[in-house]
Amino acid sequence: MNPEDRRPPITPQLALRVAVLGGIALALFAVIFFRLWFLQVLSGDQYLVEARENRTRDVPVQAARGDIVDRTGRPLVSSRRAIVVQLHPQAMPEEEIAAAAEWGQEMTRRLNAAKAARARAERRRGRKNRRKAKPIKVAKVNPAPIPPPPTAELRQRFARLGRVLGMKPSTIQRRAIEQLAVVPYSSVTVRSDVPRAVMNYLKERKEKFPGVDVDPVYLRSYPRSSLAAQVLGYVGEIGPSELRQRRNRGVEQGTIVGKAGVEYTYDRYLRGRNGANVLRVDANGRFSSDRPVGRREPIPGRQLRLSLDARLQQAGQDAIAQIGGGLPGAFVAMNPRNGEVYALGSMPTFDPSIFAKPISTTKFAELNSEASGSPLYNRAIGGLYPSGSTFKPITSIAGLEEGTLTPDASINDPGCITVGDQPKCNAGEVPNGAVNLYSALKVSSDVYYYIQGMNLFRIGGERLQKWAKALGLGHRTGIDLPDERRGLIPGKAWRDRINKLERKCRPGNDDIPCYVLEIRDYNLGDNANLAVGQGEVQISPLQMAVAYSTIAEYGRVPRPHIGLEIQDGAGRPVQEIPSTAARKVKIQRAYVDAVLDGLRRAAQEPGGTSTPVFEGWPHDRYSVMGKTGTAETPQGDQSWYVAIVRDANRPIVVAATIERGGFGAERAAPTVCRILRSWYRVNAPCAPGGSHTR
Amino acid sequence: MATSPILDPGAERLGRRAAPRSAAPGLLRIDPILLLAVLGLAVCSLVTIDATTNSELAGRQGVFFAIGLVVALLVSQVDYSRLRELKYGVYGLMITLIVAVIALGGVTRGSRRAIDVGPIELQTSEIGKVLLCLALAAFLVDRSRRLNERDTTAWAVLMTLFPAALVMIQPDLGSAMVYVVIVFAALFCAGTSWRHFVGLLALGAAAISLALVVAPKLGVTVLHSYQAERLTSFLHPSGDPGDAGYQQNQSVIAIGSGERTGRGEEATQTTLKFLPEEHTDFIFAVVGERWGFVGAALVLSLYALLIWRALRILTMAKNLYGAVIAGGIVAMILFQVFVNVGMNIGIMPITGIPLPLMSYGGSSVLTTLLAVGLLQSIHVQARASRKGLLP
Repeated sequence: MNPEDRRPPITPQLALRVAVLGGIALALFAVIFFRLWFLQVLSGDQYLVEARENRTRDVPVQAARGDIVDRTGRPLVSSRRAIVVQLHPQAMPEEEIAAAAEWGQEMTRRLNAAKAARARAERRRGRKNRRKAKPIKVAKVNPAPIPPPPTAELRQRFARLGRVLGMKPSTIQRRAIEQLAVVPYSSVTVRSDVPRAVMNYLKERKEKFPGVDVDPVYLRSYPRSSLAAQVLGYVGEIGPSELRQRRNRGVEQGTIVGKAGVEYTYDRYLRGRNGANVLRVDANGRFSSDRPVGRREPIPGRQLRLSLDARLQQAGQDAIAQIGGGLPGAFVAMNPRNGEVYALGSMPTFDPSIFAKPISTTKFAELNSEASGSPLYNRAIGGLYPSGSTFKPITSIAGLEEGTLTPDASINDPGCITVGDQPKCNAGEVPNGAVNLYSALKVSSDVYYYIQGMNLFRIGGERLQKWAKALGLGHRTGIDLPDERRGLIPGKAWRDRINKLERKCRPGNDDIPCYVLEIRDYNLGDNANLAVGQGEVQISPLQMAVAYSTIAEYGRVPRPHIGLEIQDGAGRPVQEIPSTAARKVKIQRAYVDAVLDGLRRAAQEPGGTSTPVFEGWPHDRYSVMGKTGTAETPQGDQSWYVAIVRDANRPIVVAATIERGGFGAERAAPTVCRILRSWYRVNAPCAPGGSHTR
Repeated sequence: MATSPILDPGAERLGRRAAPRSAAPGLLRIDPILLLAVLGLAVCSLVTIDATTNSELAGRQGVFFAIGLVVALLVSQVDYSRLRELKYGVYGLMITLIVAVIALGGVTRGSRRAIDVGPIELQTSEIGKVLLCLALAAFLVDRSRRLNERDTTAWAVLMTLFPAALVMIQPDLGSAMVYVVIVFAALFCAGTSWRHFVGLLALGAAAISLALVVAPKLGVTVLHSYQAERLTSFLHPSGDPGDAGYQQNQSVIAIGSGERTGRGEEATQTTLKFLPEEHTDFIFAVVGERWGFVGAALVLSLYALLIWRALRILTMAKNLYGAVIAGGIVAMILFQVFVNVGMNIGIMPITGIPLPLMSYGGSSVLTTLLAVGLLQSIHVQARASRKGLLP
């Protein structure tokens, strides 16, 4: 045995080194124990939460959206179950999402180019006489070509899915690109309303169709198709910007929310609350079993009862469609006392059910395009026009209250008059002779009201504007619909503002007028124009209805509203929708009576502007007081009519306007007549009148 | 065996007279506490693997343990001192095995680490750990009179760096690190001067900074980018769940969620694949999640027991050769336990070092049991020589 093999049992040196080793071991174990104690005992609960969140996913269970019914309970919008095939965004390759984003940018570029071209054309027109210009033709935007699926695997997937659904793979690709372009990581709806057999087929072969969700969902259905389409609005998946809004607090991604109309206004009652199936998942997000470990029941949305009367609404839509012959227009029928809107329609209209299925960008653009008359646009609350002679009762009230006119004082109307240094005439320069307030309203004398406008201008203080605004014009009426527009009652402040803009704009525009031809103060002529509802004044049909309601109710300005009450599924009231109290304007009753008498004559006495329209109308039972209006616009004459029927039980105010519809008595008055005919269930021919006065 | 009164630790403390001088004296002179710790860990391993994956894997691990325990028992009856004569053979075998893997090995997850030996895949870098202990011990004992010469230390280090570099090629960074730790421990136990350690540490620091900072800039790949990423990801574990930090993050969540007594069958982190490699590198996380602090502490206590017995054997060894071998083995096991558990609890980088006797894998189990067998052999020989039963 080697000597070095033998050694004392343990040397001091080795003992020291073993002690060092032992010390290191002790330290290492101490570190581990300390860390374990921290992780498991001190902060274990926190990690437990993380682990729990890790292992489950909520699969939303869609809540049924509440129905919408009219004032008598007739369904306007309901929900139905339909089987929808969707592509899961997580199963989409990144290349596809990138391609969609690129395509979206290209489309935006094209749309902007078209918009710029339009703006250029408009500016060119600005150089010439504005009045004579024809409407600008809007060039159609060609959609950008859809890129092919970026990966062979995706191409195969689409082809396989297409065979099952009976669709071309290119159609699936187009839908994917179009929808992903809007919201990059949302589900792509390939097809709605597939037969149950197809659903079963796809579900049984899940592994062959990766990322394909096929489930029954609730879709909106519209039993009366385009009835009140703009009022009802439409629904869609909540967008990323909407998710951040306060009104959508607590709404989860993927929820269907109201996008327009009352669907938007009363969304929080209608949408209900989605439930969820809590499923176990593994680290790859795969469900480890189909059996949910938990479930939150969806809470269905509430039913909404509207003040609309489906029958009247239908009558209004039929009337404006037939009489207007496809021209754009709008009508409003409301209760002047409480502001309940009975009918509110806009032409052209659309069938909201197209939003229940995947809608293509081109289709959506078409619904918004001016070329097709912007069917989505609600002209009754957002269509702003000069109101023509329907403004005259407002001028009358202002003049009476401000003391610049008395009902019986006669003024000679020779057919034309000089305002400032410009001649202004009645339509067709027809002389009316001596006219007082009653006959001026009856025959719609422009000269009489030019003089009233000048008189009101001379007393200063913008009294006409003050009265117009007091009666409900030039600001939002507060109706419970989104996108109501304010309109405009021109005055000194407005003119100053536009002058300022003009001064800023012109140097950059080769000194070509941008907004107005000349920079000048608001003047006498402007006020004379306003007095007859001409010029820059901008009024919506709803505002007009509110103004006439105010007159009919002696100064009570109603706040129009469409939502009446929230109901449970069985139609039992749950909550009344509070309607804010009506505002009051102080007007002397005698003045209102005088104006109403003028309106009565205009509709009932021989020679009245709308008397021929109401030929055969039982005025003894339902006394119609109405005013025609014919506003000159660059596109043509805008036809207006507003009527008041102060029936004790069923009072109503109806306003209608038709773009390029000619004189008020030609198209708007017969439309209003038909609405009234339906409301009171009377027989009257409601023939177009021949009055060529404004 | 555990029921035998002879193996009662109390009996041992009473004195040598307690041990009967009957047949198979070597078998009875093994360290029973060490055996107990090993058996305890084996049971923990089997129960854990069975719980988290399936009984088939647990069964195979059971076979590995059975083979390993037989091997360990056989080794314990052999006088380890004889292995000293085979030092060139041992070293040569180690190098051959490692090279064989590089030449013949199958690729699993981007690295060649194993060769197929019959039904099992042999990770030769594992066996190499024990072989290195033996070779280094032999070399140092040969030069025990010249331990303070720089040559001795340098040669020992070079003897280690060569196989370490070879396993780095595979690439198996973890084993290479274990080799380096083994040489440090062997030198330390052999009695190398402190000055040499200071120098080695300085050299090591320089080499590491060279590998991590300078080499990448020169375009030389010493560490693969994923290795560097793994090594540094524990410094910012809550980063991107998609990369190296993800596993660690999930592991920490798993262990933390176990709380005091564990989630038992409720465990989800490790059963639903949130944590990959749950039966190999991250088996400690399974213990932590399923059985909580109690379970994790039990496993750690068994390791502490094992290390304590190994250190005790180191002090008992009848010769320097045995002491150096024991020192290498202690360091090997301690380092692997600390790095692996540290990785599981988020305080050490991810290196792919298995948890000895717990992680699923034949090579690791066999290697560790071989090491345990050597320790037992040292123990048996020490007791025998003290009693003068053996020459």
